[in-house]
Amino acid sequence: MLDLIIQQPILAALVALVGLSLVFGALLGFAAEKFKIEGDPVIDQIDELLPQTQCGQCGFPGCRPYAESIAGGDAINKCPPGGQTTINAIANLLDVPAPTLDEEHGEATDTKTVAYIREDECIGCTKCIQACPVDAILGAAKLMHTVIADECTGCDLCVEPCPVDCIDMLPVETDISRWRWPKPEIADELIATDRMNDPSGMQTKSATQNQEGAA
Amino acid sequence: MSKTWVTPGGIHPPENKHQSLSKPIGKLPIPEKLVVPLSQHIGAPSIACVKVGDTVLKGQKIADSTGSVSVATHAPTSGTVTAIESRPVAHSSGMNASCIEITSDQQDQWISRQGIEDFEHTSSSVLLSIITEAGIAGMGGAGFPTAVKLNPGFQRPIDTLIINATECEPYITADDALIRERAAEVVEGIRILSHILGNPSDILIGIEDNKPEAIEALKPFIRDTGINLVSFPTKYPSGGEKQLIYILTGKELSNGAIPADIGMVCVNIGTTYAIKRAVVDAEPLISRVTTVTGEACGVNRNYDVLIGTSVDYLLEQNKFDHKACSRVIMGGPMMGFSLTSKDIPVVKTSNCILAPSFAEMPAEQPAQPCIRCGMCAEACPASLLPQQLFWYAQAEDHDRLQAHNLFDCIECGACSYVCPSNIPLVQYYRNSKGEIRQAQQEKIKAAQARERFEFHKQRIEQAEQEKEAKRAARREAAKQAKASTTSDSTADIVAAAQARMATKKNSPEQERAKLERAVTSAEMRVQKAQDKLDSAVASNETEEKINILSAALRGAQQKFDLAKTRLAEYSQPETTEQEPTAAKEVTPEELAKLERAVTSAEMRVQKAQDKLDSAVASNDTEERINILSAALRGAEQKFEMAKTRLAEHAN
Repeated sequence: MLDLIIQQPILAALVALVGLSLVFGALLGFAAEKFKIEGDPVIDQIDELLPQTQCGQCGFPGCRPYAESIAGGDAINKCPPGGQTTINAIANLLDVPAPTLDEEHGEATDTKTVAYIREDECIGCTKCIQACPVDAILGAAKLMHTVIADECTGCDLCVEPCPVDCIDMLPVETDISRWRWPKPEIADELIATDRMNDPSGMQTKSATQNQEGAA
Repeated sequence: MSKTWVTPGGIHPPENKHQSLSKPIGKLPIPEKLVVPLSQHIGAPSIACVKVGDTVLKGQKIADSTGSVSVATHAPTSGTVTAIESRPVAHSSGMNASCIEITSDQQDQWISRQGIEDFEHTSSSVLLSIITEAGIAGMGGAGFPTAVKLNPGFQRPIDTLIINATECEPYITADDALIRERAAEVVEGIRILSHILGNPSDILIGIEDNKPEAIEALKPFIRDTGINLVSFPTKYPSGGEKQLIYILTGKELSNGAIPADIGMVCVNIGTTYAIKRAVVDAEPLISRVTTVTGEACGVNRNYDVLIGTSVDYLLEQNKFDHKACSRVIMGGPMMGFSLTSKDIPVVKTSNCILAPSFAEMPAEQPAQPCIRCGMCAEACPASLLPQQLFWYAQAEDHDRLQAHNLFDCIECGACSYVCPSNIPLVQYYRNSKGEIRQAQQEKIKAAQARERFEFHKQRIEQAEQEKEAKRAARREAAKQAKASTTSDSTADIVAAAQARMATKKNSPEQERAKLERAVTSAEMRVQKAQDKLDSAVASNETEEKINILSAALRGAQQKFDLAKTRLAEYSQPETTEQEPTAAKEVTPEELAKLERAVTSAEMRVQKAQDKLDSAVASNDTEERINILSAALRGAEQKFEMAKTRLAEHAN
């Protein structure tokens, strides 16, 4: 064996390489079959980042179709409900520069809204129920409808079909349980002592003294 | 003295505790109005069970707990419920929440109650329900329902009970004063806790060494009880749950774990007192010891304050100087929050009302840029990197914030305290925590919306498919009906056809034409039968065959006769029927139609004649010639008929 390799070094090398390539090729082929991923995982990742309002402002019938379109190379700035945050997140995921929101598809709003039906004006036409992409409106024909506020994504799609215009988009009120700490205000580019007109920075104390003096 | 461990970081701010300890715990006259918020604890707010106008007695339940993580709320004094509405409450947001207002009758009349003296022979579950019903939530600050904490479940046996008497925050002396004056009750509360938890092997009271009087007060009561009093050097923030557990046991809680995960329960000493009152004296949590202090108050001391007493009332009772006060803080100077209004009521978690002067607590200095001095990292008791967190919080980089364990931050404020640039670090962290929590909630909501949308789509598709399936089924049924009519037996077909004929009413002309056609075809069939018989006779066929053929001829002859009679019968009433049609005004279109019919009939006669001629010329078989001549006759008849009809109408 060893003699044969010494005598035919080139042939031996060739045989070894071909053998290795066959083994690894088989291994890779097996792995490709065994660990095959169905569908495009990027679509799921993009879909995960989209706000799921299902509003269709991007021009697609829902968030997932838009995610599919983005995966296919569409612009990532067509989602007004997601706003810049979503654009940045998708840009980060796809490793592309983040554009600003395409105003053509609507303006980004900071305030979250939910649909509200003025119930005494509702005629029970069921048009809004059919328009709602997340089945968040309850009601039956010729009976009053109402919105399940917790399930409403604020997509606006029910407003337009209403023949009596009894649907309002109301901002979600911040109550004590939803409240969160605001971001501290960023200080001006001034040195604190400049502004306070007091080199020691003890302006507050002197102010107290002044007040006391006045009293 | 048992061994203690030293936590990382920490600061030593001026303690300022002596001011409020010079006097014993005071009692205030009952205020005219008490405002009791429905949510004074972490978890679901309680639900009011009284109505406006109801008379309530002291200690009467006015709001029920809802769900497992919730406690009840009680009337702090006797009087009348005068309002149930949204009022400003003790919350950093300064927002309103539901409250019950009770106007005191100054009688302070207790509801009838029955305490349990012999708690050692009462089951844990009974004691736990008493604690929930008494409205006891952690009195150290967070307000977590105590009964939930004391019931960690079978899979988490508790071997260590830690009583938190640290009270590490400056100014606050509520626990200190409570221990000094009511040590016996505090220790009894600890024994109740121990009984509920199945007598854990270690019971530790953690106390800072700046409370020597409290330590001395406790000592006689814990002798021979198995309770260990552990004092350790004063440092802020030693009173944090995680910090205290480390100081006393050297054990660290992993990320997101609760003490029960390592077999420990940590309870504030004020809560143990409340538990004793609830179990032994049947007195729900309607008052607490609160420190009223600060240079803007003329009197600094601790009070047994009824829950719902307004901060304003408390301050007024203490010679409060509005002008000297920089702000009113609920809680301590490190972790408390400034009140936006002095109408806010004292709640179960309010351990201190601090009214500092401007000199004591100057207005916040404007923040300056971070100079990366690293003092915050040295001060952090949770071993975090505050300045890194600060950068990420500014950049709103939630992933990195979480990677740097933002949620391990206890918001103690040590970093902000030491920051030479006066950066409000804790506020950045609180803001970021809020945003991350909101983002998580939104993610959950988005997932829900996605699910609902998918379901909606599926539902629409299914409805569409069902419709399509119905349509297909109908089509299939129609096809089958058609197929079955063709494949059915001849008798059925004839019956069906006759039925159709019965329903279908042909016009007299059509009927007549049909009968005429029938006569012609019958005549042709007679001809054919005659021909066949003739040829059979000519070719010397068997008699049997000839007989059959002659029978067929006779049948054909009969049918021919029948057809002729039918036609004759039909022609009879036809005249009477046709009269009204003849009398009718004939439109030019109809006339033209008749003329066309005449022309086409003539043409057909011509054609038939031609065919017959050519057949005769080309020596065709006699059979064929006969057929053709019969056809010619039929065509001629039709031609005649068309002509007569035209003539009739033309008249």
